[in-house]
Amino acid sequence: MQLNDNTETVIRLENVSVRYRLPEERIGTLKEYAIRVLQKRVRYNSFWALHEIAINIKKGEIFGFIGRNGAGKSTLLKVISRVLVPTEGRVWIKGQVSPLLELGAGFHPELTGRENVFLNGTLLGHSRREIEDHLEEITDFAELGAFIDAPLRTFSSGMVARLGFAVATTWKPEILILDEVLSVGDEAFQLKCKNRMQGFRTEQVTSLLVTHSMQTVEALCTRVAWIDHGIIKATGTPDEVIKAYRQG
Amino acid sequence: MEVSEKTMIYDSAKRGSSALEELRGIFQYRDLIYQLVRRDIVTRYKRSVLGIAWTMLQPLGMMIVMTVVFSSLFQTVEGYPSYLLSGLIAWTFFAQTTTAAIHQIVWGGTLLHRIYLPRTSFAVSAIGTGVINLMFSLVPLIAIMLITGRPIQWSIIFVPIAMLLLAAFALGVGLILSTLAIYFPDVTEMYQIILVAWMYLTPIIYPEEILPEAYRFWVTNLNPMYHLIQIFRIPLYGGILPSWTEVAIASVIAVATLIIGWLFFSKKADEFTYQA
Repeated sequence: MQLNDNTETVIRLENVSVRYRLPEERIGTLKEYAIRVLQKRVRYNSFWALHEIAINIKKGEIFGFIGRNGAGKSTLLKVISRVLVPTEGRVWIKGQVSPLLELGAGFHPELTGRENVFLNGTLLGHSRREIEDHLEEITDFAELGAFIDAPLRTFSSGMVARLGFAVATTWKPEILILDEVLSVGDEAFQLKCKNRMQGFRTEQVTSLLVTHSMQTVEALCTRVAWIDHGIIKATGTPDEVIKAYRQG
Repeated sequence: MEVSEKTMIYDSAKRGSSALEELRGIFQYRDLIYQLVRRDIVTRYKRSVLGIAWTMLQPLGMMIVMTVVFSSLFQTVEGYPSYLLSGLIAWTFFAQTTTAAIHQIVWGGTLLHRIYLPRTSFAVSAIGTGVINLMFSLVPLIAIMLITGRPIQWSIIFVPIAMLLLAAFALGVGLILSTLAIYFPDVTEMYQIILVAWMYLTPIIYPEEILPEAYRFWVTNLNPMYHLIQIFRIPLYGGILPSWTEVAIASVIAVATLIIGWLFFSKKADEFTYQA
């Protein structure tokens, strides 16, 4: 895919830093904390999970983040999905961000499939009416059949995954966030997911992807950033960055 | 949130007041609040034979036990079962919803690490569930009043206002507690101990007249729950409207607690996801 400079920017990070402050010793209780404060013994170690990150991502890009475990990739996605407010710097996002993290988080085992669709859909910010309008599409994609009115605890794990994916992707997202999630379910389901993702790609949905699979990065991404110890080591085409990452 | 109609812009550098942002969020996510309340009500009763009747039987059982134990002790109280039950259901509402608000934020914490939600949703839905349960528990109270021959007066129309004020107070307290619980898990246990002491310091099972003259002023006037229970109990058990002074005091307590709780929670909410 060719990117020209006229495409509008949808994600802009300016010197984004995230600092975690961890107490030197773990203080687990209020009682302990009160004692420590009185003794003036609360010390913190701070560490920068992200340090002065600057990125511009344009509409329609499929942007990959690679790097070792603990490098800050997931923290970066949290900052973009509004879950974490940066300690310093500025995050500017145009459009609704839909994180597709761990399918089915927020499901309740005692509720029926239908009830869980409504619960999960509203958690993702959709209104009841919007969900009603798409209910059939969701249950068809998830292939629930008669199970739609059975409690979720009677579902197979594949059904739960399908339902989670169906709810999360039925609405065309403006910015999609994928954090190592597409490895669940059987082959047929994997294929279905891939097709849907392919559809998003042709529809110019901006996607952010965190993965350890260089194959996926090469196959899907238009641009890649390599993150190490909270800083960007390299950005560019998948080939360049993967090469640099393997050498580094 | 409408995805298609208007493009949302999020700018971390241009965020208004966090308290107002939360308020707007709750309005936007109102369907989520409804779903969370529904989930709590449905899952609580789904696998029990008696279903929703539990909400009514539980305070009734408590009342019967306490009436058996205490009614000869508090013979001065006219219509003791109604006196007791009216105070008890208001207290139970407060104790259960504030505790639920803590549990909800702890449960929701994992979700807050994954997706953006108005963070007050959990406390608000806990109070919502409590209000529904409180409405159900009015049924046994009214039944007991009819059985024991206490007339139900038209002053009962004031009860929704009393419930609203109770809910506002409980939400304020619930928000403060759930903020603390994010940082310190032992808040939950500590609060349970406080609740027991607080309940016995509030005239619920005993009439306030039995309090020694020297302490009565402190136990009643300085205890916010005393005022909130009063405005709930007077129109039901007493059969008259509470005085303007009583209503004014209870309203000030409820609204001030809610505002303080909301501001405190919103101010700290951005830090929640920084906690491991």
